[in-house]
Amino acid sequence: MAGLAQIGFATPWLLWALVVLPVLWMLLRAVPPAPLRRLFPGVVLLLGLKDDDAVTDKTPWWLILLRMLAAAAVIVGLAGPVLNPDAEGQARSGPVLLLLDGGWAGAGDWEARLDLADRLLADADRAGRTAAVLQLSAPEPSNFQPAGDLRAHLPGLQPLAWEPTAAGIEDALAILQDIHGGFDTIWMSDGLEFAGHDRLVAALQERGQIRVFEDDLGAVALLPPVFEDGEIHLTAVRNRGQGAMALELRAHGRDPTGVERVLATLPVQIEAGAKSAEARLSLPAELRARISRFDILGQRSAGAVVLSDDSLQRREVALITERDDREGLELLSPLHYLHQALLPSADLLQGSLSDILPANPDAIILADIAGLPEAEEKALREWVNQGGMLLRFAGPHLAASDLSRSEEHPLMPVRLRSGGRTVGGAMSWGEPKTLAPFADTSPFYGLAIPEDVTVSAQVMAQPDPSLAERVIAQLSDGTPLVTRKTLGQGKVVLFHVSANAEWSSLPLSGLFMRMLDRLAVSSVTSQPDAEDLAGSVWQPLRVLDGFGRLQDAGNLIGVAGEDLIQAPLSRDLQPGLYQGEARLIARNVMTADRELTATTWPASVSVVGLDRPEQVPLAGYLLALAVLILLADVIATLALSGRILLRGGKAVVPVLLLALGPGLIALAPSGAGAQDTQEDRHVLSATSEVVLAYVLTGNARVDDVSRAGLTGLSDTLFFRTSVEPDLPIGVDLERDELAFYPLLYWPITEDQPVPTVDAYERLNRYLRTGGMIVFDTRDADIAGFGTASPNGRKLRQLAEPLAIPPLEPLPGDHVLTRTFYLLQDFPGRFSGRDIWVEAAPPGAEKVDGMPFRNLNDGVTPVVIGGNDWAAAWATDPQGNPLYPVGRGYSGERQRELAYRFGVNLVMHVLTGNYKSDQVHVPALLDRLGQ
Amino acid sequence: MTLAPPLRARAEEQAASLPPLLARAEHLAGTVLLGEHGRRRSGMGDDFWQYRPVQPGDSRRMIDWRRSARGDAQYVREREWQIAQSVMLWVDQAASMRFASHNNLPEKADRARLLALAVAILLVRGGERVGLTGTLLPPRRGNNQILRLAEFLSVDDPVDYGVPEARAMIPQARAVFLSDFMADIDAVRQALTKAADRGVRGILLQVLDPSEEAFPFQGRTIFESVGGTVSHETLKAGELRDRYLQRLNRRKAELADLCTITGWQFHTHHSSDSAQVALLWLWQALNRGTV
Repeated sequence: MAGLAQIGFATPWLLWALVVLPVLWMLLRAVPPAPLRRLFPGVVLLLGLKDDDAVTDKTPWWLILLRMLAAAAVIVGLAGPVLNPDAEGQARSGPVLLLLDGGWAGAGDWEARLDLADRLLADADRAGRTAAVLQLSAPEPSNFQPAGDLRAHLPGLQPLAWEPTAAGIEDALAILQDIHGGFDTIWMSDGLEFAGHDRLVAALQERGQIRVFEDDLGAVALLPPVFEDGEIHLTAVRNRGQGAMALELRAHGRDPTGVERVLATLPVQIEAGAKSAEARLSLPAELRARISRFDILGQRSAGAVVLSDDSLQRREVALITERDDREGLELLSPLHYLHQALLPSADLLQGSLSDILPANPDAIILADIAGLPEAEEKALREWVNQGGMLLRFAGPHLAASDLSRSEEHPLMPVRLRSGGRTVGGAMSWGEPKTLAPFADTSPFYGLAIPEDVTVSAQVMAQPDPSLAERVIAQLSDGTPLVTRKTLGQGKVVLFHVSANAEWSSLPLSGLFMRMLDRLAVSSVTSQPDAEDLAGSVWQPLRVLDGFGRLQDAGNLIGVAGEDLIQAPLSRDLQPGLYQGEARLIARNVMTADRELTATTWPASVSVVGLDRPEQVPLAGYLLALAVLILLADVIATLALSGRILLRGGKAVVPVLLLALGPGLIALAPSGAGAQDTQEDRHVLSATSEVVLAYVLTGNARVDDVSRAGLTGLSDTLFFRTSVEPDLPIGVDLERDELAFYPLLYWPITEDQPVPTVDAYERLNRYLRTGGMIVFDTRDADIAGFGTASPNGRKLRQLAEPLAIPPLEPLPGDHVLTRTFYLLQDFPGRFSGRDIWVEAAPPGAEKVDGMPFRNLNDGVTPVVIGGNDWAAAWATDPQGNPLYPVGRGYSGERQRELAYRFGVNLVMHVLTGNYKSDQVHVPALLDRLGQ
Repeated sequence: MTLAPPLRARAEEQAASLPPLLARAEHLAGTVLLGEHGRRRSGMGDDFWQYRPVQPGDSRRMIDWRRSARGDAQYVREREWQIAQSVMLWVDQAASMRFASHNNLPEKADRARLLALAVAILLVRGGERVGLTGTLLPPRRGNNQILRLAEFLSVDDPVDYGVPEARAMIPQARAVFLSDFMADIDAVRQALTKAADRGVRGILLQVLDPSEEAFPFQGRTIFESVGGTVSHETLKAGELRDRYLQRLNRRKAELADLCTITGWQFHTHHSSDSAQVALLWLWQALNRGTV
């Protein structure tokens, strides 16, 4: 009965009409149903018969009850019952402000919010109230308008990927100030505390009642991943601490084929009472580098998505030095500092240049290498041209060499003066030089320069017209320290100091790492800090919307590097991927170590969950019920008065259902899989026995002859040899797999279609893997070389894309002449002499005393002839020849020879050059004799 | 007259499938007009009378193939008519017969007329004399008599329930009464005893509508006769069913008893059944006679 409390009435006084129901009962009870007049000749037999029961002239009680129910349903229906009436909002009047937090935290159930807002506005509309909407994440002034009009605008509201900012709250407060008079507030809260929340609540409470609708489940977000000790640390946080929560984290990225898919999933359990949980994901470096974003399964908000930038990727850097034989002098090694600097952030490759180049590293560092072998230099230049990053360090060898001295070497950014210089040393005047601030055109612009970085020796660049633009870092006296030039798509950078601490203290400073980072040699493993990015401008590439979907950034303007790291998210700084000079940086909704705080509301504010039951007017249902009852009453009355007979027909519906049911079930599974089984059967029959195959030409007559011919040949093989083929199969080159057939008989017709590229690929694969195609032009004409019968031309057209070796007319000692029968003629229906097979290797010579040459290994991939063998072989199912061959006895002899050729052909395919080994027989016999 | 041709055509159809009726001679002694022979016309008998061309309605086996083979036309060998009897029909034309419980069913009167005429055709073909009871249409032979019969049978009687007409019965003749016999049973008894007194034997064929046998009615109903003279109101028609059927069966039993006493034959036919079945029974009953 608890449900009854949820029903209210629009016009309750109408219910008083229920009082008259008992009166209706009395009235209805007294009126019996009207009699039916029937013509009936047998009436004479009825005369004098009395009815048994005197009471039957009253309407039966259940019929009255039915009618009373109908009357009651009408009365209650007209009284306007409403399920779940909105008791709270009903009584109020005046304007309503619909206030939405509109941040990412509300995106998960945004539809529910809008739905609820729509219903509340509908209620307000019914009460004739005006309404306005204000979204705190993007506050904009809105006029009060009829609530019904505002409902049309609701679907246009979208959650934004950031939370209400302090500045936004100020704007909102200002907007509220501009509104005159009181208003009620409907507040769709995301459940996240934000700065200025209290002030807003206070400001709104001054103006009227606040009703807060807040999701009970709270918001869940994912913190940016941290890469530590070879594992990715992922932390999920939430704003409310009650109850355990099982989440599934997913890592998305492109698989090697470039398809976006889930690369890894990772369960994480937030314990009851806890507000965060950490999970660790260990992935191979290859896979890890592919990850583009993480998200939480089922959480549809920008907060639950973390974009990963280059920070998870590790660059492959090749370190190359001239000599590697200075054992024990680690600290003097030109590579030591580079090694240490790059080890945490890059995968290092070491080895010779020729070994490393094929691995295509991201960057190659040449430390103090002057000259390279010609081949290596060429390969290196090629690699740089295609986008490689070549980083060179100076050193004693470079300074002593003539590299890039008189003219600029392609792999050097500048020409060098001989010798270099030393400043501040024991044998020189002056102090060691410090670095000048970086120019704003330099990739290092913005990096702070530690004071203790000094340079005591360097190689000097030859002054050149192009020198100025190539300098990206210089000393305080203006001499170049780092120069760079582009070569093709790649870059060549030269540090004019050595990579170890001999010439400068630069490798000892933190600046060295940052410079390498800016040059995209290394990649940092943690988020860069504002200092790193100072002075750079980052262009948004793709941004997240409130639902956590990546959208194209369009023409959003660039963001300063410091802001990118520090500034709160807003419309000007949207979460997403930002592109700098050489790397991508992701700005996520959540920042590291961020905690989510649930909103706190003053006790005077009513907070309700989102699942407010919908108001349902029940009047329509009740009136419909009344109509149904009246219909039933009509039927019952008719039945009572004998106007319709309630007999028969009852069984019709079940019978129909019984009849339809199995039919429907039987319909469902048919159709699927029929093709598969047919294909399987095809394959099975082709592989369980040796099967000869012919190419379907599309000409039914030719195909029939081919089938009959191969049937005849198969029978002959069955009778005469141990090869017992199954029935031949026609293959469609476009569709069927050819690998199962040892021999493919291909009759040429003028009008057969040329196979597609795919089919040719299959044919070539078939030939490569030992298949044999017998081309038959069927015109006895191909033998004349150079003549062009129509079929011959067609053959040339068909065979052109095939990988066919050089051919020759079948020589007298070819293995085909003796694989089973000794043959010198190969007639079919025609007896052209020449057929073409793969040519013997050029060096094959006839050895004296041997009956034949020691010829090619392997099986000829094609046999080309025009003797129409299939017609000669063709038999009907009873084994009688189908086509005449020659005349009389000589004709039968020709047919026999044709069969023998067929047998030889199949034997050749199946046994290869086995019979060729007979050349060795005399030698073997000779040996046995000894 | 508009009803006559279709009625006759349908009756011809019904009659065509039956071989001619061979009347039983022994009970016709009184009706034989010209002694045993010498009627000088075709009819039942052993002696050749004449060949005549085949007419529609003659069955193939009546054709005399020996004669027909001599020319292009086909002939029927007729024998001299030897014995004939009078058959008198009475068909209830009253209003109670003009009732059908369903659109697909024929009215009882329609079925009764059809059967009567079919029998008449069979008898006429067999050379008997057929007429109506009473004085309207005394028995005659010939195809014209069938036309006249059809004409008289098409006349409705305004009376609500028909009473058998037993006047002017020819002694020793045969009679066929077709009715629903819903009227007072005494009238039937009188007619039958009167006929029996004159040596007339015959057949009572009760034609009923299936609803009169089943009484499939429910609820408050006022039953009226077709003529509107009698009515009966009930509140629960379904409860009357058993008692009605009891009365109907008693009526049938009385009729059957009456027939047994008077040497007549009784049969009930439903208008939902095939007319052929009823005609077969009639034909066999006429053949059987009273032995």
